[in-house]
Amino acid sequence: MKIPSAIITLLAGVAITLISLWYGQNNGWMPVAASQEAPLVDGLFNTMMTIATALFLIVEGAIVIAIVRFRQKTGDNTDGPAIEGNLPLEILWTGIPVVIVLGLSIYSFEVYNTMGGLDPMASGDPGIQQVAAKPGAAIAATLDEPAPKMTHMHNHMALGVGASPGTQGKPADVEVKVTGLQFAWLFNYPASGVISGELHVPAGKEVQLDITAQDVLHAFWVPQFRLKQDAIPGRTSQLRFRPNLPGTYPIICAELCGSYHGAMQSQVIVHTPEEYDAWLQSQIASKNAGENTVAMVSSELSDRDRLALRTADLGITEDILAQVHSHQ
Amino acid sequence: MSATSLEPKTEPHKSPATEDRPWTDYFTFQTDHKVIAIQYFVISFVFYLIGGAMATAMRGELATPNPDLLGYDNYNGVLTLHGTIMIFLWIVPAGTGAFANYLLPLMIGAKDMAFPRLNALAFWILPPAGVMLIVSLVTETPQAGWTSYPPLSVTSGQLGEMLWILSLLLVGTSSILGAINFITTIINMRIKDMTLFDMPLYCWAMLATSILVLVSTPVLAGALILLSFDLIAGTAFFNPTGGGDPIVYQHLFWFYSHPAVYIMILPIFGLVSDILPVHARKPIFGYRAIAYSSLAICFLGLVVWAHHMFTSGTPGWLRMFFMIATMAIAVPTGIKVFSWVATIWGGKIRLNSAMLFAIGFISFFLVGGLSGVMVASVPFDIHVHDTYFIVAHFHYVLFGGSVTGIYAGLYHWFPKMTGRMMNDTWGKVHFVLHFVGFNLCFFPMHILGLQGMPRRVVQYNPEFATLNMVCTVGSVLLAISTIPFLINAVWSWLYGPKASANPWKALTLEWQTASPPPIENFDEEPVLWSGPYEYGIDFDREADELSVRDLLAEVKAEM
Repeated sequence: MKIPSAIITLLAGVAITLISLWYGQNNGWMPVAASQEAPLVDGLFNTMMTIATALFLIVEGAIVIAIVRFRQKTGDNTDGPAIEGNLPLEILWTGIPVVIVLGLSIYSFEVYNTMGGLDPMASGDPGIQQVAAKPGAAIAATLDEPAPKMTHMHNHMALGVGASPGTQGKPADVEVKVTGLQFAWLFNYPASGVISGELHVPAGKEVQLDITAQDVLHAFWVPQFRLKQDAIPGRTSQLRFRPNLPGTYPIICAELCGSYHGAMQSQVIVHTPEEYDAWLQSQIASKNAGENTVAMVSSELSDRDRLALRTADLGITEDILAQVHSHQ
Repeated sequence: MSATSLEPKTEPHKSPATEDRPWTDYFTFQTDHKVIAIQYFVISFVFYLIGGAMATAMRGELATPNPDLLGYDNYNGVLTLHGTIMIFLWIVPAGTGAFANYLLPLMIGAKDMAFPRLNALAFWILPPAGVMLIVSLVTETPQAGWTSYPPLSVTSGQLGEMLWILSLLLVGTSSILGAINFITTIINMRIKDMTLFDMPLYCWAMLATSILVLVSTPVLAGALILLSFDLIAGTAFFNPTGGGDPIVYQHLFWFYSHPAVYIMILPIFGLVSDILPVHARKPIFGYRAIAYSSLAICFLGLVVWAHHMFTSGTPGWLRMFFMIATMAIAVPTGIKVFSWVATIWGGKIRLNSAMLFAIGFISFFLVGGLSGVMVASVPFDIHVHDTYFIVAHFHYVLFGGSVTGIYAGLYHWFPKMTGRMMNDTWGKVHFVLHFVGFNLCFFPMHILGLQGMPRRVVQYNPEFATLNMVCTVGSVLLAISTIPFLINAVWSWLYGPKASANPWKALTLEWQTASPPPIENFDEEPVLWSGPYEYGIDFDREADELSVRDLLAEVKAEM
């Protein structure tokens, strides 16, 4: 006896549901989550993967079954049935996507709001300010000036992801000025005057990055934080987040910025709070020790040497570097 | 003769004019829409091969993590030209210029386009545009990607960037001239029995596409002209060193370039909607839903541009608005996908090359559509924006979608255009290579992007080496897959078996005239026997049709 097709459909539905639910949670495509915000994004992604897997299996499954079952039989040159539509079915497959995308929109909105994307301090556009640098001499801007001047003009309004609703209006625990330039990142800790070529942050503390660029567009991206924001010359943008997993992660430039765009990488080191304090103290100490160059980072090299190494093959000459340092 | 007979009355007396057309016509300024269409096909395919060679070079570079093949100096130039050529000199001219020119007048029973000389002009603007891009290869390449964001675009080489801008301005002009022609032709030149709802769905798709072209392309032209002032005259519309705003350029650019995505995919939706019913021998499922969803996509496509700027200078509320608008596009697009699947479901599928590519189109496009809904979500897009996830997404839409659909259209209408059949076995070989190569090349890119590989880089972390090697192997397969197609097309064009007027037994008007059609398309006024997709209504047709054939044979014998 043949199994009724309704039963087969039901079983297929159950199987697709189970496979999608499992794969949505266990796809393993995201890198390690190292910030408080990252699991929110992962939850959203896993939900979308669940729905996408189900739709993929249904549609591709239907295509494969159709190709197998509804192939022309040898010698049968007649047409198929003259079915021109099915209104209830069409309403169904219009309605279900409407519900899905509405649900995803609301879910995404919630996640974005929880991350701080709608923080009024970080979601308005202060507009453009003129960049100090002249074209072609963009790198010749100041290195250790506490902050780019324009951020003060508009009361710290910035674009990007700001404070989560719970901490809105309060200053972040650590504030870092981030500057993108061809082809490096500079991190400036205004509270202590420390400047570094790598980002050091304490785990469990809220960090605010004020991001700008000196020459062309760059984008600050740490995949393990699930956060990205363009660095725009003339504008300050913001990322505020709470790293929570100590480790070293890549900082990647994600906006095409010139020939060496692919080489524009740095790293973020998430310390335990104690390690972070020790690092900061060592930086301040070496700064106070009379080093006229920029602060030491965790290696033996000064930033000047690091930049020189980085830029040796980038066509940046000693002259330009000297110009950079003369501004200190 | 039965009302649904497929045998054209015109076939026995082939127009002598067709036979007489010298091959040199295809290299000169001609106003026949069929000649112009073939000119579009050939030139856009040449650019496809050039752009494809560049893609293969880039994948060769990315086979290893180090910059060792193209290097820092050449990679960005090749990257920029690959994107520009594939979009503006391959998919747009092939999907709109070539197919619309060939099919629109034939599908609606017209003798030619509404403005034949404008039509020829639109075509002849293209070659200089392409030549400028090729010239830039030997002088100075544009460096700033196909998006050409300032300030990089105004500080990275004047000559290359200016060649790029001029080239795009020409292509845009050509596109606008074409769109005016298509709209006028569709509205005014249908045979008198044909209402808008009797049109094949490709005509609906071209109506929506042409509206998009007319609304959005002038904005790109404006942006590019301002950009060229910043570049050569030292103005500061977009250059922040003079107080300009680079974000404004992004808004203007994407106001065109997001609709451009639909300009590249809507015509393909139309082609596939016309191919599937013929080879499934079933009416299209939900004609009106598919027609209206093209218009819905046209409208929504105009109000989603800032979803390309979720990590750029956009305030939070704007990101939310564009997220919701973008998600809404999934609805009309979903309607189309479900309708195509329902069309082949229960049919009697002839799984020839055209049908394989058309079904392949659905399966690839589905993946691109699903990842498209994902990247609409702002928090997720913040992670994957400008990564290989995006590269995977848009290649699933534009290569898996548009290019696969163009191949389907070429296999389907080749007999009509050349009067000869293509070899089906080599078509299937082409499809298998295309299918395997495509998925190998582009699917792993989703994972690469999520894991942390940004796009537009010449070097990457060694942890990504394995997946990148898989992509490169896939790209080589894809490159190889064009060889059987090229040989098949050229050989069949010259020596293939002669095609009858209607080898697929299709119902749309272009199949009612000879293959290839005479100079003014129909020797006798075409008659609207039936709707475009009324398959399976007359079950006695087979018997009926045989008798008509016999009848014609008898008539021939007597003559």
